[in-house]
Amino acid sequence: MEPTTRQFKDNAKEALVDAQLQDALAKLGRGFPLRRLEAAARLPEFEALRDEAREIKNHVLDNLDFYLEAYEAKVVASGGQVHWCKDAEDARRTIAEICQKAGAKTVTKSKSMIGEEISINDYLEDAGITPVETDLGEYIIQLRREPPSHIIAPAIHLSMGQVEETFRESHQDLDPARSLDEPRKLLEEARNKLRTEFLGADVGLTGANMLIAETGSNVLVTNEGNADLTYSLPRVHIVMASLEKIVPTLEDASTILRVLARSATGQDMSVYTTFCTGVRRPEDLDGPDEYHVVLLDNGRSQLIGTEFHEMLRCIRCGACLNHCPVYRSVGGHAYGWVYSGPMGAVLIPGLIGMDEAAELPNASTLCGRCESVCPMRIPLPKMLRAWRQKHYESKRSGALGRWMLGAWAALARRPKLYRRMMGLGVAILGQMGRRHGRFRRLPFAGGWTGGRDLPAPNGDTFVAQWHRGARGDASGDWLRKNPP
Amino acid sequence: MTDARREILGTLRSALNRNQRPPNAARRRLTEHPVNLVPGRGQADPETQVGLFSNEAIRVEATISRIDDMAGVPGAVSKYLVENNLPAEIRVSPSLQGVPWTGQPMLNLTDGIAQGSDSASISRAFGGVAETGTLVFLSGPENPTTLNFVPPIHIAVIAATDIDGDYEAVWARLRAQFGPESADFMPRTVNWITGPSRTADIEQTLLLGAHGPQQLHIIIVDDPET
Ligand code: SF4
Repeated sequence: MEPTTRQFKDNAKEALVDAQLQDALAKLGRGFPLRRLEAAARLPEFEALRDEAREIKNHVLDNLDFYLEAYEAKVVASGGQVHWCKDAEDARRTIAEICQKAGAKTVTKSKSMIGEEISINDYLEDAGITPVETDLGEYIIQLRREPPSHIIAPAIHLSMGQVEETFRESHQDLDPARSLDEPRKLLEEARNKLRTEFLGADVGLTGANMLIAETGSNVLVTNEGNADLTYSLPRVHIVMASLEKIVPTLEDASTILRVLARSATGQDMSVYTTFCTGVRRPEDLDGPDEYHVVLLDNGRSQLIGTEFHEMLRCIRCGACLNHCPVYRSVGGHAYGWVYSGPMGAVLIPGLIGMDEAAELPNASTLCGRCESVCPMRIPLPKMLRAWRQKHYESKRSGALGRWMLGAWAALARRPKLYRRMMGLGVAILGQMGRRHGRFRRLPFAGGWTGGRDLPAPNGDTFVAQWHRGARGDASGDWLRKNPP
Repeated sequence: MTDARREILGTLRSALNRNQRPPNAARRRLTEHPVNLVPGRGQADPETQVGLFSNEAIRVEATISRIDDMAGVPGAVSKYLVENNLPAEIRVSPSLQGVPWTGQPMLNLTDGIAQGSDSASISRAFGGVAETGTLVFLSGPENPTTLNFVPPIHIAVIAATDIDGDYEAVWARLRAQFGPESADFMPRTVNWITGPSRTADIEQTLLLGAHGPQQLHIIIVDDPET
């Protein structure tokens, strides 16, 4: 999709007044974090497993060239093929060519962030091939022609009523008088529609949660079972994966799986975890005859060894989104591209360039909750700060902002002057706000007073009061006069 | 495409200073596949593991029955289908065609790979993981993968002795059985299955039976050899 990352502020404003979206986000904020906590509490080793998971991926990134080659050799030995792709265009073309060679008309597809990243659906449609999303959430947003708003719950922003509307519009062949007033009925309708697609598809297109160097396998994790119908029924299986998905061994994959579902949905293990290796064996009764891995770089190799290196440990669990006060206020679409939340704010500038995505690293309070829940212990706040700094140093940030930062820095380096200026400001504000004790509106502070009042200072700075010996005498005068 | 390969590897090698650091530790990791931290939860004697496996599977909405030997499988299947008001028909994986189905003449049996119209299937698991109530299936001529996913009712047979504490134990058994040299021991597909299919994609309401089976019934066989 074309990024709208530049419009983050406008997107966010719209999201904040979208009552239905706010309902959905509130529900997400209550559900996922609680379930994660419960799952973690059931496993005493959870924190230690996070450390191990981090170490595994650190080791992989330090040896990524070696592991990629080892992985490729294993894929080839099991009858598959690895297609190395530098960018999205490479990957799209490769996939379309494989489909065309297979004479494919319909391609079933299970949810993949790489598929979103390279906009594979649009490309296949233009080539006359029909891609069918099979994850329920992805199916819904495909019908609505929307991008996902969450990496593991792509339709989290929609209400049941909206889904019903979409189904009535898209499934015109069904009885218009049918009842669709509960989630179960919507699920049944989608399930029946997709059954036919599964059984008739020529190519199955999946993502990969991991690639295992030891065996040449790809790992697929779902709860619905759609990925399993996607790779096991058609004649050709194509895997889309980015190159940092590598792990060394089955044991390493198992360790990471122990923290993945717990962090994502709060399940101990997702329902279906699948390891696919090569093509069907000669005696097998089912399974694909062709196995292709489209291995995508798209800027990731350039992040190795930089301050954003550690972002490549990400396993796309979504925990940082679920715990982010900004994501929970504006939702995923506001970020303007396929990724969102803290991981998106770090990754997107790395993939599509800082110029496009300069707003995103600012979309954070740096409260640190993302890092505290990230199963791979990725220092997201540190990297958000690094992007801000890079942007500042590139001299492409706004003139006013730069001037104000410069002025503040000059002031902060001169404590005496700083204190005098602050004292003056506080005194003036205190005088002005004497009557009401608060400001409804204040020049240059519209961003604050637009949503709430600004309490007026009581005429003195903290440091000044401290020096007067007011320590310990928190008289609470202001509070008594202005109860919260 | 081979250009892309060379370029990507080149970028990585220079970023990683590959010349100064041969990947010895990585090479060793692949051949030795060391076991990482394994949670204590599944570490117990075999009978406790079977109990834990059952509890964890029930926690994720599977159902369990436990029988003495393989000869009891057809009876357990009939009982389950009747009790749940399901049609008396089932697609049987080749791995289970040797059990005495003749004792259940009312059951309509089919074989081969799964079809869209199937109502139920039965297949045999290679292993069970007590830690999370997970079943492990291997694809192969004896066990078509589609049987685990296409029909809305899936019945799984597992020997009590095939239930281990953790995933690592199952990998070790797989390596030992199919290729101690760690070459080609993987079948086309290994499926870990933990409970029946589910989704929460509509307003975060949990619903069972999204695309895969809506019901997963596990038959634990205590003494599979008799
Ligand atoms: S950054 Fe961490 S918490 Fe966020 S999606 Fe990636 S692994 Fe999960």
